[in-house]
Amino acid sequence: MAQVKITTPLTREKVANLKAGDSCLISGVIYTARDAAHKRLCELVEAGKEMPLDVKDNIIYFVGPTPAKPGQAIGSAGPTTSYRMDAYSPTLIREGLTGMIGKGKRGPEVVAAMKEYGAVYFGAIGGCGALLSKCIKKAEIVAYEDLGAEAIRRLEVEDFPAIVIIDSQGNNLYESGRADYLKTL
Amino acid sequence: MRTLSASVITETVKRLCVEANCYLPGDMKACIEQAHNEEKWPQAKEILERIIENYQIADEKFQPICQDTGVACVFLKIGQDLHIEGNIEAAVNEGVRQGYTEGFLRKSVVRDPLDRVNTGDNTPAMLYYEIVDGDKLEITVAPKGFGSENMSQIKMLRPSDGLQGVKDFVKKVVEEAGPNPCPPIVVGVGVGGTFDKAAYLAKKALMRSVDVRNEKPFYAQLEQELLEEINALGIGPQGFGGKTTALAVNIEEYPTHIAGLPVAVNINCHVTRHKTEVI
Repeated sequence: MAQVKITTPLTREKVANLKAGDSCLISGVIYTARDAAHKRLCELVEAGKEMPLDVKDNIIYFVGPTPAKPGQAIGSAGPTTSYRMDAYSPTLIREGLTGMIGKGKRGPEVVAAMKEYGAVYFGAIGGCGALLSKCIKKAEIVAYEDLGAEAIRRLEVEDFPAIVIIDSQGNNLYESGRADYLKTL
Repeated sequence: MRTLSASVITETVKRLCVEANCYLPGDMKACIEQAHNEEKWPQAKEILERIIENYQIADEKFQPICQDTGVACVFLKIGQDLHIEGNIEAAVNEGVRQGYTEGFLRKSVVRDPLDRVNTGDNTPAMLYYEIVDGDKLEITVAPKGFGSENMSQIKMLRPSDGLQGVKDFVKKVVEEAGPNPCPPIVVGVGVGGTFDKAAYLAKKALMRSVDVRNEKPFYAQLEQELLEEINALGIGPQGFGGKTTALAVNIEEYPTHIAGLPVAVNINCHVTRHKTEVI
């Protein structure tokens, strides 16, 4: 299995080289958003208004962290289940978003947009919020502070571990990983 | 008649909320470590290693194991010879409020399922009462994350569907959940009762240690069989393939109507948390 180091911004060229099953370490700036923030972002796009972040060549991490204790950059911060963002992700991909980090299945409409525009879906290990928080060096709220844990945060990450679940060709590790394992039985 | 001040309930709930979120129970740790030893698929083994590393970090730093610190499910077993001075529900909710705000836990509760405004302090708790013999109060706090809760299902089977119908439904729920509920999972099953009773039993089943089987040999055997059949599905840790899809299947059963066979499946993730204290 390939081990790939990625530095943001995540350009379409970098996306094209990523394959389902690649184990990646992401460094640079990424943004957080979950259900409520996605809803607001898509409402802005529909209204033709500017979003509070430029999604082009960026990665959105589906996460709502716990509050940071004094001295911490962020609290526990593992991925949330991605399918709840399926209604919104295609809109953001059309606006230039190239990467998403979450966990769990994605709908066909998301995969179709990923293939058409060139985007990748990464998985971080669900339920490992304490471990993953160590890779987040800085966090600041950039929009929707009223949403609390669901506010949009700008994160600076170093060697954040993520596995490519669905690549820009539509290959899916959930299908291939399981099939490969079952063949060994 | 023993008397207990409701303020003691607040203090206890507050402490249990924080501890339950930061310390994974010993039975879960032992079960995950055993699964790690037995797992042969390299990627699955690697993920189980990370999961172990994660709860070790949470232990050391007294930090939440998972960022979804859940809705607070609070089970109260109240001795019928115990008199509680003050309002029980208010005391529990005050404990949750203090635990979640002072303990750096995430506030994940909205005041209305449709207007979706966050209550800001993770209240109200989901409260379950049971009246038992004696003059003690047993409090269990189980923070329940919704990645796994959302993958839970209930079905009113026909009596003719029988044992096979129950097994098929449980496996169907696990299969449909796939990678979403953060496998390896713990599967809580409620069989019998009414529509709501079955769901309650499934939740209650998740409160039992993963190393304790149902008291009835028939159901203990069924728990083991279902675990083996689920772990033959190949979903694996995080859904990337492997043996370890589930860590345990816990079943609770109850008498039911001649016309019915309710089955509820409540899924929990590898961070199945609960802490109990008897006052």
